[in-house]
Amino acid sequence: MLKGFWKLTWIETKVFMREPMGVLGTLGIPVVIFIVLGRTFRLDRLDASSGPEAPFNVPILAALLIAVGAVLSLVAIITIYREGGILKRLRATPLSPITILSAHVFIKLVFTALSFGLLVLAGRRFFPGALDVNLPSFAAAVLLGTLSILSLGFVIASVVPTARFAQPIGAAVLYPMIAVSGLFFPVDALAPALRIIAKTLPTTHAVTLMTGIWNGSSWAAEWVSVGALLLVFVVCLAVSTRVFRWE
Amino acid sequence: MAHVSLGMPKVVISVSGLGKRYGATIAVADVSLEVHEGEIFGLIGPNGAGKTTTMECIEGLRTPDSGTIAVLGLDPRREAAALQQRIGVQHQEAQLQKRIKVWEAIDLWSALYSRSTEGEELLARLGLEAKRNAWFMTLSGGQKQRLFIALAMIHDPEVLFLDELTTGLDPQARRTIWELITGIRDRGKTVFLTTHLMEEAERLCDRVAIIDHGRLVEVGTPADLVARHCPERTVVVTSDEIGPGRFAGLPGLRTVTGDGSVYRLRGEGEAFVTQVINFVAKEGIRITGFRSEVPTLEDVFLKLTGHGIRD
Repeated sequence: MLKGFWKLTWIETKVFMREPMGVLGTLGIPVVIFIVLGRTFRLDRLDASSGPEAPFNVPILAALLIAVGAVLSLVAIITIYREGGILKRLRATPLSPITILSAHVFIKLVFTALSFGLLVLAGRRFFPGALDVNLPSFAAAVLLGTLSILSLGFVIASVVPTARFAQPIGAAVLYPMIAVSGLFFPVDALAPALRIIAKTLPTTHAVTLMTGIWNGSSWAAEWVSVGALLLVFVVCLAVSTRVFRWE
Repeated sequence: MAHVSLGMPKVVISVSGLGKRYGATIAVADVSLEVHEGEIFGLIGPNGAGKTTTMECIEGLRTPDSGTIAVLGLDPRREAAALQQRIGVQHQEAQLQKRIKVWEAIDLWSALYSRSTEGEELLARLGLEAKRNAWFMTLSGGQKQRLFIALAMIHDPEVLFLDELTTGLDPQARRTIWELITGIRDRGKTVFLTTHLMEEAERLCDRVAIIDHGRLVEVGTPADLVARHCPERTVVVTSDEIGPGRFAGLPGLRTVTGDGSVYRLRGEGEAFVTQVINFVAKEGIRITGFRSEVPTLEDVFLKLTGHGIRD
């Protein structure tokens, strides 16, 4: 069914690795932001004397930035491939569209996991005790959130006409979504109209899920966010398969 | 160069009444044609004439609004999966991932088809073996096109579709590609190509179809089309001793234009050039220059459509 999936995935991974700035941005920037914020605020739960308490959860912000980075990268790749006729050329082969998208989503999830791994290593090195949570469970929450936000990326990639606008438009959509996600202030503090919008966004549910898991809650207790993230994924996938243009 | 066949040629592509519109724009209207096994068939016309749309409908990449298409007996839309295994495709101005290596592209493409030829041998045949580790973005225009030919041929297809293959290439790279294409034909493959270069069509194609504003104007061998539509020949003679009236009595002569020394003699049929030579010799006219102009597909195009190919 997914003939060529692994070959395409492997070759696309190598192609991606050949662009040093892209790799550095994907893997490095969230870690750097994490370290800088960690030095500014008191991250270490054991050491109460190291600085002011952060007004938001720094590791969750870093995890969210990883997810958004993956989405922006996916949007850029798909629009560049479409503009350059690469998608069109691939479409004329037995390679199915699903395989092409799956390969890119798979690569983004792998790099998200790698980036998250670096974040954990940096946390262990610089702020011992700061990441005193159930890491596998938290990582799973990060990946589920990323997948859901990635599906929103498909829709953006489907409607944005050219690669030149894809990245700024993607950023203009995604960063405000982080702002109202509940990470910096409660969603209930937003104006009513904005609150309704915020509650339909995958970033909000990703933050809710990650915060819940961070604070030791179980997946079953977070079923609303999990369900919302899966729903966004299914809806966005359905929308993008309808509106997606291969050329 | 000419295609030789005994008996009825086998029809590989058959298109009948093909129509396709984009919104209010009619891209292709009522196009019908047949392509025979083992020939190079060229769809020629200016940019925007409907060449690519016609080709992409035949490849199964677009759904026609009307008409029927059969390629190797298959319906390009309903039997796309089966057809993809038997045809090879190259798109106009196609690109690959900037940093994909030549051999990686070959490797990926061979993994997609149920049968594949020896990739390394294919690269050697297309003169790309020295570039196997080069990134796509570092290849020259001619090398990129040769790679696309390689990708189109990786599964040893029976029919090859080539869309504006040599556009933007320098004359030498163009010639190399022409040799490759005739080589492919000589190994028994059928080639369907589009071009807006009349010289290319004339040199490469066994048969051509002229398309203009989405409609098929004429089909035939290049020589046949020229003989049918542009039978007149022009001979340009330079002589200081005579006036235009001196050519009265020249057999086949239609018009004479020219001033003091250079005369353009226009006449009917291929024999006209010989007739001018004989006439000049018999009359003892001293000439200092002699040149004959043979009509080309470009002239046929101009005559049939009323405008030039680059208008």
